[in-house]
Amino acid sequence: MADTRAPSARPISPHLSIFRPILTMMMSIVHRITGAALYFGTLLLLWWLIAAASGPNAFAQVQWFMGTFIGRLVLFGYTWALVHHMLGGIRHLIWDVGYGFGASEREWLARMGLIGSIGITFVLWTVGYMVMGGAR
Amino acid sequence: MTRRNLRSLGTRKRRKMVELTLPKNSRVTEGRTWPKPEGATNLRELRVYRWNPDDGENPRLDTYWVDMDDCGPMILDALIWIKNRIDPTLTFRRSCREGVCGSCAMNIDGLNTLACTCGMDEVKGTVKVYPLPHQPVVKDLVPDLTNFYAQHASVEPWLKTETAAPGTEWKQSREDRAKLDGLYECILCACCSTACPSYWWNSERFLGPAALLQANRWLKDSRDEATGERLDGLEDPFRLYRCHTIMNCARVCPKGLNPAEAIAEIKRKMVERQV
Repeated sequence: MADTRAPSARPISPHLSIFRPILTMMMSIVHRITGAALYFGTLLLLWWLIAAASGPNAFAQVQWFMGTFIGRLVLFGYTWALVHHMLGGIRHLIWDVGYGFGASEREWLARMGLIGSIGITFVLWTVGYMVMGGAR
Repeated sequence: MTRRNLRSLGTRKRRKMVELTLPKNSRVTEGRTWPKPEGATNLRELRVYRWNPDDGENPRLDTYWVDMDDCGPMILDALIWIKNRIDPTLTFRRSCREGVCGSCAMNIDGLNTLACTCGMDEVKGTVKVYPLPHQPVVKDLVPDLTNFYAQHASVEPWLKTETAAPGTEWKQSREDRAKLDGLYECILCACCSTACPSYWWNSERFLGPAALLQANRWLKDSRDEATGERLDGLEDPFRLYRCHTIMNCARVCPKGLNPAEAIAEIKRKMVERQV
């Protein structure tokens, strides 16, 4: 009789680990990540508002933390995530009304999203520091 | 397979939603390095995904050397050369060798494409060849596309009419016929769907770019009279709306079609019929 050993369960072929990280896909992944990060950013904002409503001591504490190097780094990241996610949203709006699907257009949109988010973040912080009258 | 059958298939064996890493039996191990062809001077290195259902082992990545002076210019030529000259057990699908049948769809150098229309000279350095991503593997480069075909069938890709059939044929103006350009050319190779991360994570409930492009092909056909019914069938958080415009589908389509744009058109039709 023939050898009738049952064949092994079928493996799943590799995906993320072997697929070329093309720009539009990476931008989509970052859009998702920044979207999730904004939940935490909103918590920061909430912390700041609650502290402001609770009294001068609590507010001073938050202000102190936001002023530390770590605090500013977190705020800087929050700004970038916010801007990146917003530009991603605008990109999606453009697609939803039916534009920007061509090969060069979608590449351009992705590139603009990335450059724009970094650029706008730096501009916002520069303006912020200027309004404050320099780094403190 | 009807839409109802497809639905019950989906609920019966629901996998985990997002699985970023491969299950244990699917992890790829270092494979065998096959000897270089003797006397060849113009060599090219290929690393090919291998899995044999009969030996109980994990998938592996085998290394082959192809004599380019003795081999045709395409990736498919190299695979056939390997099968003929080095390793007859290497398994893959192929038929037309000119990009119309869609059989030899696989992941080459990180992108899904047809091995027959992808030149060896389009890839720099070692050519890495994997089966279409995130599919059950039957053997080596042959994926099981049962689910993919069932999804295509679920959009009922045929002309549906209410009016009595005309004596001759269903007529269509040139302008209306032109609306099907960019849709009718799909060869169902599955490059787009298996390039889509959304499809990777939700392949049992999201129809995927190929089936949705086909759905749009029938939605746009001036002769078809089931538009409302077709849209009803797609109005679902998963079937249609799992598309997040990641655009991998449009990037990889070997026929140069744009499933992402077709899906966006369907989404717009959903809105238009409500306002």
